[in-house]
Amino acid sequence: MTETHLPKAYYDMLEELQTVDFVLVELNLYLDTHPDDLEALKQFNTFSKKSRELRDRFEEQFGPLDQFGHSYSSYPWKWNDTPWPWQV
Amino acid sequence: MPTHRKSYHPYISPFDPCPPIKTKTYETPAQLYLGFQPKGLDQYQPSEALKKGTLWPALYSPYTSPYEKNKRE
Amino acid sequence: MWYYEKKLQYPVKVSTCNPKLAKFLIEQYGGADGELAAALRYLNQRYTIPDKVIGLLNDIGTEEFAHLEMIATMVYKLTKDATPEQLKEAGLGAHYANHDKALYYENAAGAPWTATYIQAKGDPIADLYEDIAAEEKARATYQWIINMSDDPFINDSLTFLREREIIHSQRFREAVEILKEEQGKKRIF
Repeated sequence: MTETHLPKAYYDMLEELQTVDFVLVELNLYLDTHPDDLEALKQFNTFSKKSRELRDRFEEQFGPLDQFGHSYSSYPWKWNDTPWPWQV
Repeated sequence: MPTHRKSYHPYISPFDPCPPIKTKTYETPAQLYLGFQPKGLDQYQPSEALKKGTLWPALYSPYTSPYEKNKRE
Repeated sequence: MWYYEKKLQYPVKVSTCNPKLAKFLIEQYGGADGELAAALRYLNQRYTIPDKVIGLLNDIGTEEFAHLEMIATMVYKLTKDATPEQLKEAGLGAHYANHDKALYYENAAGAPWTATYIQAKGDPIADLYEDIAAEEKARATYQWIINMSDDPFINDSLTFLREREIIHSQRFREAVEILKEEQGKKRIF
């Protein structure tokens, strides 16, 4: 692969998604030991929706995030495309 | 909030070959004190939470090299 | 089943080509208290832990793979364009002779990863205490690497990973409390 520069929007949108998904990881582990905390559960569902919206917007511009059919692909097959997470 | 770092003064022998480190430290992070996490604890804003590595200030235990501090002293 | 997601859990940036630091970081890749050992330990223990805490082992085990990928990213970036001469100077000559720049599941001293690093005792308290100890040891390893690293970007990612060990330790401690609880009584927060 030759040198390419991803637009700043790639890093910004990625970090936005990482931010929302991080809250979800934290709440998920918390709920594993606090299954009856209704407020945390509501927050979890709100962030889950946010994550889905951000994911859709990111994928529209930069290709699929998830494998095995959890993301759509435009033509030609986009999943193989660089960059992979460790390359950016 | 409990302190995240404790210190002690180890025994120093006149025959110790290296210049003595008079104060040694060790870490005592938040999970040692919190117990079963209570409901409804204060949260960081999401972007702050990512930076800190946790959603809850009560579980945040910062770390920097204790040797850096010694260098500056 | 698992799904791969084409993103890191936390952004990883590196300031300079520094294979010496990569050599130290390998401890968290294939070392006794590293991220691979952590992931495999929890995911393996979950089959024989009481139902109430299976979810926690499952989810922390999964998060550990995301941390493994972050460590791999750091090692990859720190060594990517290093010359064999630079690798030799960094103490990675023996690694280079065997693996070129390929990553390998080994500790900082080059000992290959082994299943003897992890235990599954089948006793829930013994297993969870092992898990708590593993998190504290991984936290300590991050501290020692931070003490040796002068790369502010790497230290930012390592500080994040260290804090995650604290959270995991907290949750495992809560899992012990859940299993200790007298049956029929309700826990008061």
